[in-house]
Amino acid sequence: MTLTMDTPAAARGSGTLAVELSGAVKRFGAVTAVDGISLAIRPGEVVALLGPNGAGKTSTVDMLLGLSQPTSGTARVYGRAPQEAVALGLVSAVMQTGGLLKDYTVEETVRLTAVLFGRGRAHVEQALQRAGIADIRKRLVGKCSGGQQQRLRFAMALLPDPELLILDEPTTGMDVAGRHDFWTAIRDDARGGRTVIFATHYLEEADAYADRVVFVRRGRIVADGTAAEVKALASGRTVRATLPGADEAALRALPTVESAEVRGDTVYVHAGDTDAVARHLLTRTAARDLEITSRNLEEAFLTLTAEEDPR
Amino acid sequence: MTTVDAGRALPRFGGFSLPLIGLELRRMMRNRRTVIFTLIMPAVFFLLFGTNSAARDQRVGGGNVTGYILVSMAMYGAMLATTSGGAMVSIERAAGWSRQLRLTPLRPAAYVAVKLVLAMVVGAVSVVVAFAVGSLSGAELPVHAWIECGLLAWACALVFAAFGLFMGYLLPSENVMQVLGPVLAVLSFAGGLFVPVDQLGHTFATIAKFTPVYGVGEIARYPLVQDGNLWLAALNVVAWTALFAAGAMWRFRRDTARV
Repeated sequence: MTLTMDTPAAARGSGTLAVELSGAVKRFGAVTAVDGISLAIRPGEVVALLGPNGAGKTSTVDMLLGLSQPTSGTARVYGRAPQEAVALGLVSAVMQTGGLLKDYTVEETVRLTAVLFGRGRAHVEQALQRAGIADIRKRLVGKCSGGQQQRLRFAMALLPDPELLILDEPTTGMDVAGRHDFWTAIRDDARGGRTVIFATHYLEEADAYADRVVFVRRGRIVADGTAAEVKALASGRTVRATLPGADEAALRALPTVESAEVRGDTVYVHAGDTDAVARHLLTRTAARDLEITSRNLEEAFLTLTAEEDPR
Repeated sequence: MTTVDAGRALPRFGGFSLPLIGLELRRMMRNRRTVIFTLIMPAVFFLLFGTNSAARDQRVGGGNVTGYILVSMAMYGAMLATTSGGAMVSIERAAGWSRQLRLTPLRPAAYVAVKLVLAMVVGAVSVVVAFAVGSLSGAELPVHAWIECGLLAWACALVFAAFGLFMGYLLPSENVMQVLGPVLAVLSFAGGLFVPVDQLGHTFATIAKFTPVYGVGEIARYPLVQDGNLWLAALNVVAWTALFAAGAMWRFRRDTARV
């Protein structure tokens, strides 16, 4: 059940792909964390890497950042080896946890990153502003809340002005307000055309912030498309219409229909290709007041990531 | 072709730079425990054990016993300072900072070089603080010995920078100095830094010559006492430096390997 498509957001930029994974496999001893992922991401796309814990998201991200080497297959970032792309500041990342020293202040941490990337004071100032932590610049990292620390990681990631920003479960452990602030900062930033990949198991984040959702399960891509397409792919959609005297059996016989139900004058048809069902209802029957609704991404997620063995 | 690489270049010297050392130094000095351990404690030990009237009056070489004890304590402070400097990698690995640094252009070798420079800077400060306290508290050394003992104590502390690095890579812990502090104290006893080895009895005196603190202590005090086997001490220092450096290198390679 894999869908690959052209995403409109990818129109910007041409030539070099932002990310190119081909047949990437990552094994740790007997455990296969990534089981042959091929993925092409074009500059400017905002992509969610969605899947349950242990699906291989972090292992995939690590390969893109040069933190680990694929067991087989290749990973390229802007046409380069990931390590090289990282050193040049083409790609940077906000990691899940850790990676901060509590004896530094917020500003010192950002300045240290600036020193390493050979950037000046102006960049430090800009990164602090854009991450929304300019007001707590003198605070020791050890005294910052989880959300503030995450915005500090974001500021550090912004410093090299990367073409590609990778976020690994960026809002884990944040409260609702912290998550909202964090995503507002990311979204404002992505308007500038930066390529963004974020790994998450929060469905609503993928739904709200990604142009493209890549579902990963057990180290493989099980679906790839816009959030809407993936929802439809996973669970189909439901057509509801007012149709007095509907023939339930006839509705069920239509292509891709999974279920049909008649309640009084209202019919509910659940189908993979709801457009075809709608067309049929509107052109061949007296149906009116028609409406198509998706199941939410959560249901799609459950369908796509469910274990294959019967329960 | 593409413009994404425009203006992007790798830093010089693998990221080793003075501003980086400055920031790291500031952080190290912010840690109260480090300051107490490396700057205050050796000076306090000296004041407690080295400034009684017997020590002031008894002569050693061109100075007094107070001066002799001062050099030993300066050596001890420099050891603590450089070990702490090297052992910073342990804290940084535990905090995931090392991993974060792998997302920057900083080369692992440059990172280690920064740690060594830091260790030696703090070691120098430690020696200077001890000598300043000593000069005001009755320590007497010939002028050349003030300079030579200080420089030798500082230079020999490099052994312990390597030791600190090795332990830092070996023990991923937030509190590595709580382990290494007592270890250094025991080694200092065993190596004749707190009590001269000839007061320990023949067997212990023989064993002492093979412990890592013995050589550095002998060398640091040599300009004052002008006595003892300098070659044996130098061999001790070289052997232990080589051992600790090899250990640090071994762990460092394992740590930075990309699996």
